[in-house]
Amino acid sequence: MSTISVTINNIKVDVESGSTILDAAKKAGVKIPTLCHVESQIPKGACRVCMVEVEGARSLVAGCTTPATNGMVVKTNTKNVRDARKFVLELLLSEHCGDCKTCERNNDCELQALAREMGISQVTYEGDCLVSVIDDSTPALVRDSGKCIKCRRCVTVCNEVQEVGSLFPQGRGFESNIGPAFDQHLAEVPCVQCGQCSAICPVGAIIEKSHIEGVWAALDNPDKFVVVQTAPAIRAALGECFDYEPGTLVTGKMVTALRQLGFDRVFDTNFTADLTIMEEGTELLVRLKKALVDKEKVALPQFTSCSPGWINYAEYFYPEILDNISSCKSPQQMFGAVAKTYYANKVGKKPEDIIVVSVMPCTAKKFEAQRPEMNSSGVCDVDYVLTTRELGKMIKQAGIDFKNLPEGKMDSPLGQSSGAADIFANTGGVMEAAIRTAYEIVTGRELPLEGLHIQPIMGLEGVKRASLKIEGTKPEWSFLEGVELKVGVAHGLGNARRIIEMMQSGEVFHFIEVMTCPGGCIGGGGQPRFTTDEVRKKRIEAIYKEDEGKKLRKSHENPEILQIYEEFLKEPLSHLSHKLLHTHYVSKN
Amino acid sequence: MEEHKSISQQKCTCSTTIDEDLLYEQLDDIIELHKGKEGALIPILQSAQNLFGYLPEAALKQISRKLHKPYSEVAGVVGFYSYFSTVAKGKHTIRVCLGTACYVRGGKDVLKSLMDHLKINVSETTADRNFSLEVGRCFGACGLAPVIMVDDVVYQKVKPSKIAEILKPYIE
Ligand code: SF4
Ligand code: SF4
Ligand code: SF4
Ligand code: FES
Repeated sequence: MSTISVTINNIKVDVESGSTILDAAKKAGVKIPTLCHVESQIPKGACRVCMVEVEGARSLVAGCTTPATNGMVVKTNTKNVRDARKFVLELLLSEHCGDCKTCERNNDCELQALAREMGISQVTYEGDCLVSVIDDSTPALVRDSGKCIKCRRCVTVCNEVQEVGSLFPQGRGFESNIGPAFDQHLAEVPCVQCGQCSAICPVGAIIEKSHIEGVWAALDNPDKFVVVQTAPAIRAALGECFDYEPGTLVTGKMVTALRQLGFDRVFDTNFTADLTIMEEGTELLVRLKKALVDKEKVALPQFTSCSPGWINYAEYFYPEILDNISSCKSPQQMFGAVAKTYYANKVGKKPEDIIVVSVMPCTAKKFEAQRPEMNSSGVCDVDYVLTTRELGKMIKQAGIDFKNLPEGKMDSPLGQSSGAADIFANTGGVMEAAIRTAYEIVTGRELPLEGLHIQPIMGLEGVKRASLKIEGTKPEWSFLEGVELKVGVAHGLGNARRIIEMMQSGEVFHFIEVMTCPGGCIGGGGQPRFTTDEVRKKRIEAIYKEDEGKKLRKSHENPEILQIYEEFLKEPLSHLSHKLLHTHYVSKN
Repeated sequence: MEEHKSISQQKCTCSTTIDEDLLYEQLDDIIELHKGKEGALIPILQSAQNLFGYLPEAALKQISRKLHKPYSEVAGVVGFYSYFSTVAKGKHTIRVCLGTACYVRGGKDVLKSLMDHLKINVSETTADRNFSLEVGRCFGACGLAPVIMVDDVVYQKVKPSKIAEILKPYIE
């Protein structure tokens, strides 16, 4: 690839040919504001806020769509440019129907921030305001058309990254809106509730449905015993709500903050991530045995099931593979079920006296928690689901000085976890965790890889593969001797589609991990904004650090896991396990 | 044999669905013809509208499925061009003039009477698909306002109470 040289505001930079002016400016350390641009996607040029002046050009050009050329001289800060940007912003503000003081996005809004940066003190254009139509039809998200600036970022993410296609510009002109076909509600169309749209929206036009008030009410109710679980991905991202650098681990402070908020017990979804490995790993071995020894027809490859957006996706678009998906509930739901049975028993409570709150990086978990079958304890297993962003807000509402909190420790016995559970947070992690355990069950030896990591399935590549030759099996697993275990990993639903197509056109896999969000849960729809690839990498690094920092690296060695099997579940895939920890799926096609 | 035939004739109230099945097969052919070409969606929608007279939901869903394009995108394109319509047109189109002269001489009451009578709103079609109702600007017959048109026949000095009489010849 050849390089070209571009001058931006008198700063000379060399960039690869094919770069845009925006790319070159980034490299020169010059900020060009953008409202519609989405990283790694074809620029749409919809918002016109990125206008710049190019020497010799007759009019201003959009920085995000215009290719840089060799010798190009660009100015991003002339009066012309400032006036043009101001004009665009004032038009947007003049039709904007929202009040920053009471908006969920106050202080976390790109439109507001840009208006401030550009010193817009009053809106000179008087025009009609947009009509605010609220769509709160789904359990996960709330849309408000009055605040939508029609930048189409959500359209890009929903169509091109997730390949779900729920959102598209409808109608034309001032009357147009961004949403499902024919002004349907989100709940009426195949939206998987991943919330990637809410994570990328620059304004308050798509946000998660808040559970904050419900959680405060539970905490204020003296008759309820309120326990909280935190997903693996929270500890690597919550800090960003308090201006820590992305990738700062805040596990200990998070625990203390949760205690100060008034939770009766602070537990860990990591615990049930370890439990998932026991159940799901055993399930895989059983499927392999049925296929190889009993020559039965079983659905292989097995797909992972921890990501509820992915489950929705399969139910809508690939009902033919539902049998391939592990019957394990997600760790969130396993936690709710054991908290209201096993743990309830231990503390002498009835399931209905316990309130389970989850903190998740995810909006689809709000959907999952209210699926009607998720009541194995007799009542709703998980009562409230907060996103990472919502927990950040609650901590601020309570006036807790997060940065100066002492480190706390999770409660027992649903609080201990292995490093294998930590890595559930990122793409490739569930697979690696499962193989750490399955390999050892089958051979009696530790996975012979450096750092217990499976390099080919780490990192941000969309579809990843690895194969592992199984040798030196224990007698009861001798049918696996010499077998090449082939695994695949996909993150982002567009990549899930890719890997399903590979499988359907004959590529052999035994086990496939799918996570709904790019990067995995660390890039979830409920994480602090904004999640770029750079942020993803830093959060992933933090998660591997958490894993490597633990003595306990494998799910089957977690003493609290051994304890729950001994005292309660008996063994993986037992009758009780099936009742509490497993589920089924339904075609929504 | 004879008997069989008569039975099937008696039972056959489903002629419309058979016709429709055929239309949907034709739609498939149209989609096949354009599929894979750049910008296939718009010509397909145009042909589909010619085929059905409008764009029924099932046709749009079929187009979305066969082209592997999200339904929201197909709907977005349909909504963008005023040329496309998703409401079935009735056999007869009634246009009510709401130009100034007609408006002040009771055009609005005539419209209201039509809406009550047909039990539909403007831009809608009756359930039996016999009438569609639209409003228009001046038809150039202001001296004899209020005016309505049924297909291309103009009715002048229309009184709300006379609507039933006017529509009678159009009802089979
Ligand atoms: S979306 Fe942004 S600009 Fe609009 S009301 Fe909310 S905070 Fe203010
Ligand atoms: S939640 Fe996901 S699937 Fe639903 S509209 Fe948003 S991006 Fe699309
Ligand atoms: S909902 Fe948000 S992301 Fe989507 S177009 Fe509107 S402002 Fe942009
Ligand atoms: S960022 Fe360039 S047009 Fe929107």
